[in-house]
Amino acid sequence: MNKARYLLALACLAVTLAGCGKQSSGSTESKQHSTKAEDVARGEYLAQAGDCVACHTARGGEPFAGGFALASPFGTIYSPNITPDNDTGIGKWTADDFWRALHEGKSKDGTLLYPAFPFTNYTKVTREDADAIFAYLKSLKPVSQLNRENELRFPYNQRELLTGWRTLYFKAGEYQNDPKQSAEWNRGAYLVEGLGHCSACHTSRNLLGAERTDDQYSGGLIPVQNWFAPSLTSNKETGLGDWDVRDIADLLKTGVSSRGAVYGPMAEVVQHSLQHLTDQDINAMAVYLKSVPRKDQAPEIVQVEALMRQGASLYETYCTDCHRADGEGVAHIYPTLANNQSITMETSVNPIRMVLNGGFPPSTATNPRPYGMPPFAHELSDQQVAAVVTYIRKSWNNQGSAVTPAEVSAARGVPID
Amino acid sequence: MPSYRRSYLGLLGILLTASSGLLHAGENQVEGKSATTPVTMEPLASAVVPDTIEARVAACAACHGKHGEGIRKNEYFPRLAGKPADYLYNQLQNFRAGRRTAPQMVYMVKYLSDSYLKEIAQYYAAMNPPYPPPLNPAPSPAALTRGEALANKGDQSKQIPACTSCHGTALTGMQPAIPGVVGLYSDYIAQQLSAWRSGQRKSKSPDCMALIASRLEPTDIAAVAGWLAFQTAPQHAQPAAPSKQKLPLDCGSVAQSN
Repeated sequence: MNKARYLLALACLAVTLAGCGKQSSGSTESKQHSTKAEDVARGEYLAQAGDCVACHTARGGEPFAGGFALASPFGTIYSPNITPDNDTGIGKWTADDFWRALHEGKSKDGTLLYPAFPFTNYTKVTREDADAIFAYLKSLKPVSQLNRENELRFPYNQRELLTGWRTLYFKAGEYQNDPKQSAEWNRGAYLVEGLGHCSACHTSRNLLGAERTDDQYSGGLIPVQNWFAPSLTSNKETGLGDWDVRDIADLLKTGVSSRGAVYGPMAEVVQHSLQHLTDQDINAMAVYLKSVPRKDQAPEIVQVEALMRQGASLYETYCTDCHRADGEGVAHIYPTLANNQSITMETSVNPIRMVLNGGFPPSTATNPRPYGMPPFAHELSDQQVAAVVTYIRKSWNNQGSAVTPAEVSAARGVPID
Repeated sequence: MPSYRRSYLGLLGILLTASSGLLHAGENQVEGKSATTPVTMEPLASAVVPDTIEARVAACAACHGKHGEGIRKNEYFPRLAGKPADYLYNQLQNFRAGRRTAPQMVYMVKYLSDSYLKEIAQYYAAMNPPYPPPLNPAPSPAALTRGEALANKGDQSKQIPACTSCHGTALTGMQPAIPGVVGLYSDYIAQQLSAWRSGQRKSKSPDCMALIASRLEPTDIAAVAGWLAFQTAPQHAQPAAPSKQKLPLDCGSVAQSN
């Protein structure tokens, strides 16, 4: 499993990926990068914490020379060369340019970077640390390897779209210490939210590929790969609620723990990144992760009873006005859900998509002005949709099976035509 | 990625077949009875569900507000209320025809008739709820200056007409088909201009807004969106009367309603 494939979560979900849109800026002054051995060494450590090598190295290629293909439903993007080669890499970049990339998500010439490059996380990195990483990259052997053009389909190849995306979903800013928390907790938060970019996979995303801020660390399906990055919340059944800090630290540092082992994309993250971090930093990350609050929702992959309880509550809130408590609906107006075969068929994609997208039946001669159903994709998380669809598939006399959040996640991005 | 494409198309096929079953559950009953009972031209309103346009389009209120006032939570669902009916009708048609692509709107209107869309447009055009106060914080002074200049004067050097030249001197729109652009959120305005600029949002040809957006720098988009969103909308604002002067650009969406 390759970390870069892991990151294609970003690639797939977003109107995103590693390219650029024109914007004014560019470097005017040049801050000299450090060549001090201690800075270079610190930068190497931090670059490992950010797992830069995973996405910036093609399989079998030179480290950091880019060219790794991130396949996505929108097309393929190729990571750029970040070795200090003057013509094909970042040899002509200044420390200011590098800072702008990390902090603002803009390339040297001001073009907007696709958020496949996790600048929404990296913006939290301090200037000092960014400079150290840059010093390390500048110390590498230059590799002459041309960047490859992205192969994104329209409209995802329109970089201008990023202007709107950034307005909605990106705010530049370094990590700010929480004075109410310990130094260790703050160090952990800095690493997890910044360089570690854990949320890139462990937080689900909305229709525009941005992380759902109301659903942080609740887990998310990595598209194309179809690995589910599990919840990091304090949920006991699916998250870290029942884990000791020691277990979390063990897993991050060693890949195994008394609670299980990493596998899939996380195995690669541990291999290239986390195992190289100091025990102190790993413990700090574990302390922070252990403190991620439990979301006010049931577990993601749970016993059916818990899903049914949550689903019943959601049903009462969102569905009964039209579909009625007995699921009978109102004839000709609001479809019955009880004994409706399209609700209980083996695959649950249809009721899931109806809950996500809503819609109106067609105008017909006999029903020219149909009543409609609103979309709930913005309102409900994957987990909540799974609960309410499970509820309608198993209530009254319905005999459908339970639904998982992963199935809901998979149904969110299905193209209309 | 052809394999993806195929699987998505497959899913779509399933969706279309099955959702029609889901949605037609009620109508099937009507058809079932039709052997003995003539089908009424319109389903009988239930005793508990009013036969009103308000009840019929209650689904729209979930995002656009009960009175079309717009915005729910932090999303960027626009105000519909008080925009000219032809503008709203054009947009509903645009979603149905693929000129606009917001998936959830497409799901909503894809199978609705012109006459129903027109009725929905007229319903929201007649609404007049109060405008929300502008969002804080204020844009930077430089952005405000640029935004105001674009809105009120345009930029001759780039052949950008002033917003006011079509959207009305008070920016509350112009009958019959030009929307008001005050009382919206900057996120929404910026997203729409960006989408026009990239070709993701289209209007009927000639697409005047696409032309204008193509002349805007991203910084211009942010500036004009920020300035517009920062203005306090006049209460009970109405679109201006149709202009007697020629518009600065040809607009297919205005011509189509004449």
